[in-house]
Amino acid sequence: MAATGNKDVKVLQGNEACAIGAVAAGVNFFAGYPITPSSEVAEFMARHLPLIGGRFIQMEDEIASIAAIIGASIAGSRAMTATSGPGFSLMQENIGLACLAEIPCVIVNVMRAGPSTGLPTQPAQADIMQARWGTHGDHAIIALAPSTVLECIELTVKSVSLSEKYRTPVVLLLDEVIGHMRESVTLPVAGTYHCDSRIAPDDDDADYSPAACVGDTVATMAHFGGPHRFHVTGLTHDAHGFPTMVPEEVDRKIHWIVDKIESRADELAMNDEFMTEDCDILLFAYGSTARVAKASVRQLREQGVKAGLLRVKTIWPFSGKRLRELAPQLRGIVAPEMNMGQLVLEVERTVGGKVPVRHLGRVDGRLFTPDQITDFVTEELSA
Amino acid sequence: MSQAIETARTYLKPHKKLPTVWCGGCGLGVIMSSLLRVISKMEIPKNDIVTVSGIGCTGRMPTYVDSNTLHTTHGRALAFATGVKLANPKLTVLAAMGDGDALAIGGNHFIHACRRNIDITAIVANNCIYGMTGGQYSPTTPHGKRGTTAPYGNVEHEFDASALAAGAGASFVARTSVYHVRELDKLLEQAIRHRGFSVVEVMSNCYTSYGRLNQYKSPVDMFRWMKDSSVTLKQAERMSPEELEGKFTRGIFVENYLPEFIEVYDNLAERLTSDSATVATQLRETMERYERLGDRLKAIG
Repeated sequence: MAATGNKDVKVLQGNEACAIGAVAAGVNFFAGYPITPSSEVAEFMARHLPLIGGRFIQMEDEIASIAAIIGASIAGSRAMTATSGPGFSLMQENIGLACLAEIPCVIVNVMRAGPSTGLPTQPAQADIMQARWGTHGDHAIIALAPSTVLECIELTVKSVSLSEKYRTPVVLLLDEVIGHMRESVTLPVAGTYHCDSRIAPDDDDADYSPAACVGDTVATMAHFGGPHRFHVTGLTHDAHGFPTMVPEEVDRKIHWIVDKIESRADELAMNDEFMTEDCDILLFAYGSTARVAKASVRQLREQGVKAGLLRVKTIWPFSGKRLRELAPQLRGIVAPEMNMGQLVLEVERTVGGKVPVRHLGRVDGRLFTPDQITDFVTEELSA
Repeated sequence: MSQAIETARTYLKPHKKLPTVWCGGCGLGVIMSSLLRVISKMEIPKNDIVTVSGIGCTGRMPTYVDSNTLHTTHGRALAFATGVKLANPKLTVLAAMGDGDALAIGGNHFIHACRRNIDITAIVANNCIYGMTGGQYSPTTPHGKRGTTAPYGNVEHEFDASALAAGAGASFVARTSVYHVRELDKLLEQAIRHRGFSVVEVMSNCYTSYGRLNQYKSPVDMFRWMKDSSVTLKQAERMSPEELEGKFTRGIFVENYLPEFIEVYDNLAERLTSDSATVATQLRETMERYERLGDRLKAIG
């Protein structure tokens, strides 16, 4: 393609594509702190935001970075930060504030091998549960994971869109391989994507309730400096945003922030399938691992094994719908992950007892090889 | 008196039930009423003010002030405030913090906010103790004084918050106390009017947690301490280090007109976008590439 000189085909890096997606989705505020392997996102935003009317700031740490994007979002910006495992850990307390106070923001976590400083330059998929449960207390989260550079653009736009629509933080889970990989990308034509915006209250709405939990309609969101004055707090609060300890109000609030996302799990699910129509062995994967798993499906097919791949792009909320639909035709599910077994737990919860589920973990800082997954499946079948 | 009631009516939230969570005799009410008088005098529209706080007794101030209000996590008020101000520079952003909030858990944000010089006013209510959690020693508890976690007297030495702010590069730094109310009004107004990062350290009293542990007989005793133990900058100049021992200085320590962050950033952005000749080649190339991408993606909305 490149040889044809097609201007719409570009070689892009995953992190760069993510930043392009952010700018395309209207992100006009970025606060971040340098950390491998995510720094290219911040560097791109630092170069571009001043050129397009946005603002970039490098904060003193990741705690300050997430705090600044939440503050900017409340003041009306579309705000994003990018980090990796250790920085993502530091952000957790304030992610909880954004969940409870329902503040739209996007946190890109380019996963590297941990725990602790771990392997800063090597990939992992070990922050799946940190994305879900990293902050304390009951809450829900949306987390997406791209497998290609083009998807880094697409899912960043989607992350902004979902954060705005549902007034929630969205975590975009790249891994080091996806973040640093370069791929040729056919740039999407105008209008390919849709990006939702938060809905502002009417200017003259005298009874504006910034934290209403009514039915399943996400409350409208004013911004600081606009026609409405309002209060935002990390304390459990009532519909007007003020602290409450009334059991019914507290109960309603917690159910609301969880249900508004969990009840939409099937609606939010984005999957990609490869040769699943007639498969009886299903590979379940996401991120860079899914690319390898796809090659394994081809290898297994050559060996006469009817393998297929279910690749999930929406990690959280977890939807078991496709797994349940596929279950009757399956002899087994193999879930390779670059961790000791995280999202596989959700697979087991969904089809456990009906279909045997096997986890294949890799935690040595290296990507799977197709042979490794293929051999594992073959061994499991002969066992 | 009627003026005070009018100010309270205008600048306290109507649907928030009073009294406040603060104990009788607490200095925080003095600081809040001073703040209300100042914003009333300055006639800043309430919708253009954002009062930000962290956690602790001081953290509750935004619950009452009828501006936009943001009650954040412990120590992080200035980091949130930074985002608010950068997103909408026309807003008057005030950050109210206690000594533990601003200087212990939030110490990193505090020094970097001083260094950056974004136009935010930080009010540090310094009562030398963690009040809300019951009287644990803080970074400003004087050496030897008691807290519930310093039952035999504080082993550590305290921060001088104003000196810290000055050292970290804040362009306006002042200190007074809740006893010196007129001075407090004056300094708060000067700090808010100052273009850049301003810090007002207000020595305050927590009788409930600090006073009772440190042999103050009543809240009034603590006000008396502030009166007797503080000296103006002018007085301090004529005093020896020995005479100044155990006293705090009041007044304006720093008032510099330094370039403000957003002003500098926006000027830079304007230069970059208006005069392509000054844009470095690499940046221009990246920009052109972005524009091509931008054209393709522009319809997202």
